[in-house]
Amino acid sequence: MFKKDLGLLVLIIVVGTAVAIINDRFLLPGNLSNTANQVGLFGLFSIGEAFVIITGGIELSVGSLIALLGTIFIDLIVNHNMNWMLAVAIIVAAGCILGAIHGLLITKMHLQPFVVTLCGLLIYRGVARYYTQDATAGFGFGVSFPTLEWLTAGRSEILSPFARLVGYHGHTIAIPHSLIALIVVAVVAGVVLHRSIFGRYLFAVGKNEEAARYSGINSDRIVVSAYVICCGLAAVAAIFIAMYTRSISPAVHGSFYELYAIAAAVLGGCSLRGGEGSILGVVLGTVLLQVLQNLVNLLGIPSSLNFAVMGTVILIGVLADQQFLRYRQRAASDRGRVRAGSPTPEAAE
Amino acid sequence: MAFLELVEIAKRYPGVVALDRVTLSVAPGEVIGLIGENGAGKSTLMKVLGGVIEPSAGAIRVDGVERKPFTVGDAIKAGIAFVHQELNVFDNLDAAANVFIGREPLAGGFLKLIDRKKLHADVQPLLDRLGVDFAPDTPVAEMSLAQRQLLEIAKALSLSARLVIMDEPTSSLTLSETERLMRVIAGLKTQGVSVIFISHRLNEVQTCADRVAVLRDGRMVGELERSAITHDAMIPLMIGRELKALYIAPAPERPEGTTLQMQGVRTTAYPDRAVSLEVRGGEILGLAGLVGSGRTELARAVFGIDPLRGGALKMNGEPVEIRGPREAIDRGVFLVPEDRKRAGLLLDSSIARNISLPDLRSYARGLLVRNQAELDNAVRQKERLDIKAPSVKAEVGTLSGGNQQKVVLAKWLSMRPKVIIFDEPTRGIDVGAKHEIYEIMRALANSGVAVLMISSDMEEVIGVSDRIAVMQEGRISGFLDRPEFSEHNVLRLAVGMRPSS
Repeated sequence: MFKKDLGLLVLIIVVGTAVAIINDRFLLPGNLSNTANQVGLFGLFSIGEAFVIITGGIELSVGSLIALLGTIFIDLIVNHNMNWMLAVAIIVAAGCILGAIHGLLITKMHLQPFVVTLCGLLIYRGVARYYTQDATAGFGFGVSFPTLEWLTAGRSEILSPFARLVGYHGHTIAIPHSLIALIVVAVVAGVVLHRSIFGRYLFAVGKNEEAARYSGINSDRIVVSAYVICCGLAAVAAIFIAMYTRSISPAVHGSFYELYAIAAAVLGGCSLRGGEGSILGVVLGTVLLQVLQNLVNLLGIPSSLNFAVMGTVILIGVLADQQFLRYRQRAASDRGRVRAGSPTPEAAE
Repeated sequence: MAFLELVEIAKRYPGVVALDRVTLSVAPGEVIGLIGENGAGKSTLMKVLGGVIEPSAGAIRVDGVERKPFTVGDAIKAGIAFVHQELNVFDNLDAAANVFIGREPLAGGFLKLIDRKKLHADVQPLLDRLGVDFAPDTPVAEMSLAQRQLLEIAKALSLSARLVIMDEPTSSLTLSETERLMRVIAGLKTQGVSVIFISHRLNEVQTCADRVAVLRDGRMVGELERSAITHDAMIPLMIGRELKALYIAPAPERPEGTTLQMQGVRTTAYPDRAVSLEVRGGEILGLAGLVGSGRTELARAVFGIDPLRGGALKMNGEPVEIRGPREAIDRGVFLVPEDRKRAGLLLDSSIARNISLPDLRSYARGLLVRNQAELDNAVRQKERLDIKAPSVKAEVGTLSGGNQQKVVLAKWLSMRPKVIIFDEPTRGIDVGAKHEIYEIMRALANSGVAVLMISSDMEEVIGVSDRIAVMQEGRISGFLDRPEFSEHNVLRLAVGMRPSS
């Protein structure tokens, strides 16, 4: 798993270096800071998607959820003058409840995850458009929430104390708070997934649900939790994204975001069959996708080709990974043959 | 005069002889009962007849002409049709469409529409020949299992079958449905169609067969003519191996263990039959029976995988309710499942992670798993059970069958078992590892654990158990103590007869 992450990191550095050489604006503090912000926003819901994919499921309603919950959030704090902390709590709770409903439909009614969340994708988008009567939701003139804005869309030069230590007193890159949020979420998610009992259960259910059940794991509960986490994180991302864009056209806001999430998870080593994946991988996958997006912008590639470029790179990445895996398996089986042929097989231990 | 002859058919797999020079001939209008224990080679022989597997040696003659190779196409051309245990019918079509699937009469024209009228008219005479109680336009979804079976036979007739092979056709039929099938077989016989009737139910074989062929360990050990078909003649032919001494005597001093009682337990497989039995702490109770007698379902119900359809469980006299595997595990009731790859293991996880899975809480500090504690225990279990693997971090899928089974055992031995159910514990395992597993079972019993061993391997049941319970069609047909142990007695109980002295 670690080797896979390392490979992805190398790929990011190679692509990044290439872009930097072709266009030196890539390394400008402003550009890096903006890219970091995108990574933060997209990473939040991609991590959620990874939880679902690891159990062998899929969540397609992420983009629509981000549109619906984002519109409702803005409506609550702008038009209903609700305390923003309460509104945040309501939105995150709503995300978790919708996730629970997805999970229950999948486990108790035995519906396929693809179907359930595809319906979610359509329903939430439709409701969001109806809710605002297809108008753009946004902040009126003079409306402001300084604390909330600073927390979600603000940037801080938190690297400057470290810079001063090495004798540099100028400006450092402004770190977007969305990236900090992502780092916090990723660390927590990484510990949960890779160190906790719950994480073990998630992988076990994804690898072999029946064997997990025979080992006393309540697999239904694990699957429902994965969808709750996924939609809960989508709700958090919805708030960050709403505060960043400051206006939401419910017809297009967040569209295709679920595909970014799935792409990041797959690039990061998740198997759509379930049972595989790492949080570090998903974060790196998000970084790669955003660097590619940046590459399209900076290299003057027509932005209409955006998806084509990303699709191609993902395809190449996954193909390369497959080949690498096959090579490793062949190497392993060769080793096995040598071991089986040796007169003292125990010596290999 | 036989139209189909199998001459000295052999099928060898590496290390196993599945069929050893089997000779069988089928005359027109003849009903042959084919019997034998589980694993005697019946299925292999039928697959050879269907052209599905190629024999290693021997000849197949149709109307006196040798056919080599004998393919699936040849089998169909020779008029050999199968009615399988799992029926191959299309639920979404009606009876007529099923019979002529892929050969529908066309109304002609560009669109090649199906001529429904002709289809139904063609099917009716076939259904009449069988004397069935459904019309050609009956949707299959509304038909009972017995009706679907007759539909399969009608399909065979439409292919002008000369031989219909029925594999355990009555295993899911009611008594009256079975009687009707017997009449259908008699009808086929008068029309000159031959039948090979494979069944564990000796009564039915006795009713319908003109001749009985008995397979044992891949060899044709005897044929009985109509007048000689009796239970007392069939059973000795089915058994008769020398049994190896596998028995390990229990330790004279054993701690008082936990006794599991099942009282009137009903399972999903046979909801109208109740099972009562007791597994005592310190003993190995063998649970024998034919495939499909409801043993696995009983184990699943006790372990909480399937809900109980009735009855009660008691441990040491205390009633316990087990609503899921977690509750069973927390009470010390463990199951080593029949299909270890599907239900027992995470094949692409490490040995250590498989062993800790049911008991992660004891390896955890708070909610986080302590990897070192997990590895330490895995190393201990690996040494204790002699699991042959490069390290405990090796993926379980890379191990041999015997070592995989030991990993499943290690899962449960790391915890404190009170009752362990082994479902076919040595299936697909080499002889050496088998013996080690028997030793582990005996050691468990000696420490006071109640061991229930489900096995279809006669040698194993008789060799390993302290006591044997035999199941037959969802009920316990009898118990045997060691002095009464014999293949003869187990088999008599398994087919629903009383044991002889």
